[in-house]
Amino acid sequence: MEILVCIKRVPDNEENEIELNSAGNDIDRDDLVYSVNEWDNYAVEEAIQIVDNVGGSVTVVSIGDEEVDEVLRREMAMGAEKGIMLTDDAFEGSDGKGIATILKGVVEKGNYDLIMTGAQADEGYAQIGGMLAAMMDVPFASLVNKIEVGDKTLKIGREIEGGNQEMNEIDLPCVLSIQTGINEPRYVGIRGIRKVASVEIPEFGASDLGIDAGTIGEAAAKVKRVDYFMPDLGDGAEMLEGSTEEIIDKLIEILKANGGLS
Amino acid sequence: MAKLYAYISHKNGVADDTALELLTAAAKIDAGASVTAIVTGSGADLDKVCQEMAASYKEVLKIDNEAMAYPNAEIIRKALVEIIKDDDIVLLPHDTFGMDLGPGLSIKTDSPFAADIVDIEGVDGSTLKLIRQEFAGQVYTHVTCDISSGAILNIRPGVCKADESKAAGGSVTETSVSADLSAGRRYLETVIPEAGDVDITKSDVLVSVGRGIEDEENIEIAQELADAMGAVVSCSRPIVDAKWLEQSRQVGTSGKTVKPKVYMAMGISGSFQHLGGIKGGFMIAVNKNPKAPIFQVANVGVVADILEFMPELTEKIGDL
Repeated sequence: MEILVCIKRVPDNEENEIELNSAGNDIDRDDLVYSVNEWDNYAVEEAIQIVDNVGGSVTVVSIGDEEVDEVLRREMAMGAEKGIMLTDDAFEGSDGKGIATILKGVVEKGNYDLIMTGAQADEGYAQIGGMLAAMMDVPFASLVNKIEVGDKTLKIGREIEGGNQEMNEIDLPCVLSIQTGINEPRYVGIRGIRKVASVEIPEFGASDLGIDAGTIGEAAAKVKRVDYFMPDLGDGAEMLEGSTEEIIDKLIEILKANGGLS
Repeated sequence: MAKLYAYISHKNGVADDTALELLTAAAKIDAGASVTAIVTGSGADLDKVCQEMAASYKEVLKIDNEAMAYPNAEIIRKALVEIIKDDDIVLLPHDTFGMDLGPGLSIKTDSPFAADIVDIEGVDGSTLKLIRQEFAGQVYTHVTCDISSGAILNIRPGVCKADESKAAGGSVTETSVSADLSAGRRYLETVIPEAGDVDITKSDVLVSVGRGIEDEENIEIAQELADAMGAVVSCSRPIVDAKWLEQSRQVGTSGKTVKPKVYMAMGISGSFQHLGGIKGGFMIAVNKNPKAPIFQVANVGVVADILEFMPELTEKIGDL
């Protein structure tokens, strides 16, 4: 099985407290720690496990400049055989449809049976996989949390409301967006990353992919983020302050008053 | 003239809560518009939902087809593509079905797609002004969407107050689909997880842990606090993803819905998926990040590292 996994480099939500900058129009990007989007990391692990079982290879692809080299190599150290970097000034400012258009270009250069994305990334649109599948006229499933490989089909589970799992049969080739928790992504150590440090990662731009530059980038984007802001959210929680002992005394009174201590 | 459509999710003959929330969202785009509800399905359950919706929507478009008895996004997309024209706007709930349907529908209708919308500011010419969140609710963004060729808009469940006026006096129109409704993805069955060792929905007090617990070994610290309080330990999604607790202990839209007297959110940032599983009760949040979104919704907050705070609280409660 030839599998392509689309990955994104994002500010790490666990390592960073995302705040507005002093001008209030962007997030404070100083000292942000970046990593591979958490959902994408599960997708790469799943792809590697499938290939371990049935053979084939895993390719990881990411859009961006030389900064994405690091996340591509991290995922290659997990076991993805090949990496592809998609770099072009024309890609900048693309909306979801633009990103899917660029990815379609790289999909068509290969011969993939299965394409995976994370279920969502930092912006939370959860859109790329579904758009890509529709552009390619192949089936799609979102929020996939189980995959069993069959003959020309997959049996997949989707996470639906209430913790239930919706089982489907899906024809190959297809696009799946992967939910966290589907597996336990392996740990990548410094040694693993060193091993893939010299592997060549090909770079493609819009013309290499046969993409009409008018269909991507900021000029083609119909959905645009204007700014970042924090609304006045009212008072929120009553914050308990003081020494830990004082806080705990207050908290115990509050618990008693609200039925939290029997 | 652009039309406004709302896709109605339903189950067992009852419309989802989002059905009337989308009516409110549509009014924020155009207060005077007549909004058409699209209801797909099969048989008596479908009829029941259509009748229910006619009280709230002026027009209800019913598509009765055996192939749509279960909401398969690929099949429903084929039906919607036949209905949606040019600059029509379609509202979907941003739930597990909306995420399946919306992105592909936007490609097939050549309309832009905006998802997880938390508010709509209005329309200025052909620009729709939306509000979203990024980084799991840590920051908000204004987003513009060019609606000159329509739009597919996924609205976050629970953010628009349901329009309960039921004053539309609408009518139901049936339509059929001419497309071949075979699909590359076929629904097989729904698997309901086994009940866990405890039922978190039955507990009056929950000590719920999130990423702030940091390590599997530290679950014990939360268990000790829960034992001292006569409470049960529940958790947010990352704890289940890491396999530190069973899925049956997960609170949220993809887990259990709970309504305890007191909910202790310990090291939980407060994503909307998590908050969607908490339906009332007094919330106490402890988090070392003073900007954590959980403090916007909690009744009482403490900025502290739960790994230090919980043992001290346990000890004090033990001394009572």
